[in-house]
Amino acid sequence: MDQRNFEFLGKFLKARSGLVLTPDKGYLIETRLLPVARRHGIDTIDNLIKRLKESGDEIFAVEITEAMTTNESLFFRDGTPFSIFSEKILPEIINRRSNNKKFRIWCSACSTGQEPYSLSMLISDKKNELSSWQYEILATDISHDILKKAKKGSFSQLETQRGLPIERLLKYFTQNGEGWDLNKDIIDIVKFKYFNLLDDIKSLGKFDVVFCRNVLIYFDVETKKRVLENIGSILTPDGVVFLGGSESTIGICDDFAPVPGSHGAYRLVKCDDSLAG
Amino acid sequence: MKSCLIVDDSKVIRMVAKKILTDLEFETSEAADGQQAVDSCKAGMPDAVLLDWNMPVMSGIEFLRELRKLPGGDKPIVVFCTTENDIEHIQEAIEAGANEYIMKPFDSDIIQAKFSQVGLL
Repeated sequence: MDQRNFEFLGKFLKARSGLVLTPDKGYLIETRLLPVARRHGIDTIDNLIKRLKESGDEIFAVEITEAMTTNESLFFRDGTPFSIFSEKILPEIINRRSNNKKFRIWCSACSTGQEPYSLSMLISDKKNELSSWQYEILATDISHDILKKAKKGSFSQLETQRGLPIERLLKYFTQNGEGWDLNKDIIDIVKFKYFNLLDDIKSLGKFDVVFCRNVLIYFDVETKKRVLENIGSILTPDGVVFLGGSESTIGICDDFAPVPGSHGAYRLVKCDDSLAG
Repeated sequence: MKSCLIVDDSKVIRMVAKKILTDLEFETSEAADGQQAVDSCKAGMPDAVLLDWNMPVMSGIEFLRELRKLPGGDKPIVVFCTTENDIEHIQEAIEAGANEYIMKPFDSDIIQAKFSQVGLL
């Protein structure tokens, strides 16, 4: 790929989505963009970039952004954050919100839906305890294609084998030919919405828990800081944000501190200690 | 080092599974049908069993029921690995005491993910 095209694509993606295209992510370009090129009858990545520069076609530009920003997604990815959520954070919420009986969770880059649906299953495990509660998982992503797939709640055999315990497959899915469909009550807890993390965040409302995992790694420090500050502004004072295993707020945003003994979970520092549990 | 008994009538599958499990630092042994697997378990219980369903002489599900009746037979973690991918088979396997279930075709990522879920890794 021509170096000038690489630089152009880098600037284009940074402006569009905040994604920083470092040379080590170069391998993504071919695997993600060749299928887009083929769909448009274009033979090489260089010609795809040429078309992007010349056409000014917005749909084409969105398609390229979406292809580059889509992440791999697994059910219960990395395990630990989900056990922390179900064993520690959710019981705390149930305890603290016993008066108004409401809570909201935001999955800020939900991809094909495995993350919000994993949370939805964990919440449904406590269905009896939560019978008179109102709760919602808002799942957002920057890709329309991905949201369309996520909303369906249909997964291939391969997808259901990655991270999903077999008992949960039996409990929460229905077999449909070669694939598996999530049961309606699990899907209904999740509300999907198109949202760019760099857009005005206030419109989303307040959240008790935010999952923003493996998103910051794609951003430069300045953008990371902006995203974290934004999350801080929509988090309840005792709320928790989950970041990816290789991500941290330390040295980027002073508003947060790690939750002791809960790897990957962070709370606002101005949070009242009596609430921190 | 944990041990895993690979039970499958296909030599090729046993070979592929052995390669994956050796990379995951398991000590492996093999059986070509359920009866051989019962004999192997009577001689010494493995930590894990990777189990095919359809085999001559004794099937995987028959083996599992036999295993769970043996002294110490409740200990091994049993992961089915089969082309039987319908809900009835999965249900039957879990009821008979299987700990996890892999639907063929499988790859090293799936084996690794399932083995971590049941605490073998």
